[in-house]
Amino acid sequence: MKQLKVDAIKNGTVIDHIQAGKGLIIADFLKTGRGNVMMIGMNLQSKSFGKKDIIKIENKTLTSIEMSSIALISPKATITKIKDFKIEGKKKVELQNEIESLIICPNPKCITNMDEVNSVFYVTQDENNVVRCKYCEKKYSVDEIKIRI
Amino acid sequence: MKNLISMRDLSKEEILYFMEIARKIENGEINPDMNRKVAALMFYEPSTRTHFSFATAMKKMSGQTITMRGSVNSSVSKGETFADTLQTIAQYADIIVIRTAVEGSARYASEIVDVPVVNAGDGANQHPTQALLDLYSIIKTQGTLENLTIGVAGDLKFGRTVHSLVQAMSDFNPKFKFISPSFLKMPSYIKDDLKEKNIEFEELEEIDKKIDELDILYVTRVQKERFADLEDYEKAKGSYTLKKSMLDNVKDNFKVMHPLPRVGEIQTDVDDTKYAYYFPQAKNGVFMRQAIISILLGGLDETIES
Ligand SMILES: [Zn+2]
Repeated sequence: MKQLKVDAIKNGTVIDHIQAGKGLIIADFLKTGRGNVMMIGMNLQSKSFGKKDIIKIENKTLTSIEMSSIALISPKATITKIKDFKIEGKKKVELQNEIESLIICPNPKCITNMDEVNSVFYVTQDENNVVRCKYCEKKYSVDEIKIRI
Repeated sequence: MKNLISMRDLSKEEILYFMEIARKIENGEINPDMNRKVAALMFYEPSTRTHFSFATAMKKMSGQTITMRGSVNSSVSKGETFADTLQTIAQYADIIVIRTAVEGSARYASEIVDVPVVNAGDGANQHPTQALLDLYSIIKTQGTLENLTIGVAGDLKFGRTVHSLVQAMSDFNPKFKFISPSFLKMPSYIKDDLKEKNIEFEELEEIDKKIDELDILYVTRVQKERFADLEDYEKAKGSYTLKKSMLDNVKDNFKVMHPLPRVGEIQTDVDDTKYAYYFPQAKNGVFMRQAIISILLGGLDETIES
């Protein structure tokens, strides 16, 4: 079976195994409109994942906040650093149990939206992609939240 | 335990400990002494009843209170001001009791100050002292918190009191009957939690339908403003108003509770039946708040031993 190839990059980062459909969301908040070349592959076939999205960004190393955000949006994504066309490091994104500052609480009555209070969200272990605000205690699915970049 | 912010923070054992201390205070077995202690009652949102209850609790233990009231328009949303106000009041008071409309403000306060913080209601989020006094009223009248059938009637969609109650009772294997107009049903996130914990519940629209199966009927207010028009309100009113005639076949241990104030959900002819428990419930609130303050301020262990 023929595989669609996304062009290899010389230096940069490959975000692979993104849940199909989430690639654009991740691309959007990475905001590489700053000139970095970005390639997005969507709905690619993957042996273990069924369909997946993939993002390649030239000349960019992800910050830990960016990696947490990716984990939040697509927990099974992998990050590969590329240097001179070679794989320099590969790792799975990891979701911390506690996410600080990154998420904007969707509850308008929450103190994190009224005061200079940093948001803190807990990742609930039992459910996939559900977070709970430490302050107003409301639960939200990852699709409902906005990420502060 | 340093603060009381949310029922979510409490284990079953801790809940039962609060019950135990409230009972001992009520019986006179222990008599916590708050002489020369000051509780700051910060009420950014008016609540005469809750304020009175805390003030009474403190006074019954020979303690003092200072009160700060925000006007209806003042909020805690003035950036530095809220944190600074808290820090300042913490210099005067041994414990801070706070009520606001802003959700999460009590948790935030507890992170800022060194003295214990009690959440006396933060918007639609939590009202743990009410939940604990409700549980205390249930255990007093039923002898247990376990395996009870509890009807919850009224505005189940917006009622934080009923949310806290349902959450707090969930550790004790209850069965729930949720009684409300269709558009004020229990929110799905609460029902999902119950399903996860395999707790049985049923949704009804008439208050008397299953009343004979209940150990407790917890009635709350339904505000007129929730209805699209007054006609709907008048129509719905009849189906959740408790009348004496509905109590003919209730269980012997059956009790009616209400956080008060009521606006007609319980007709006054219920008051002189042995099932009415809403006024004693308010009294229990004072014992429970005495227990909460003395547990958080410490020194109880010696009191218990002596
Ligand atoms: Zn929040």
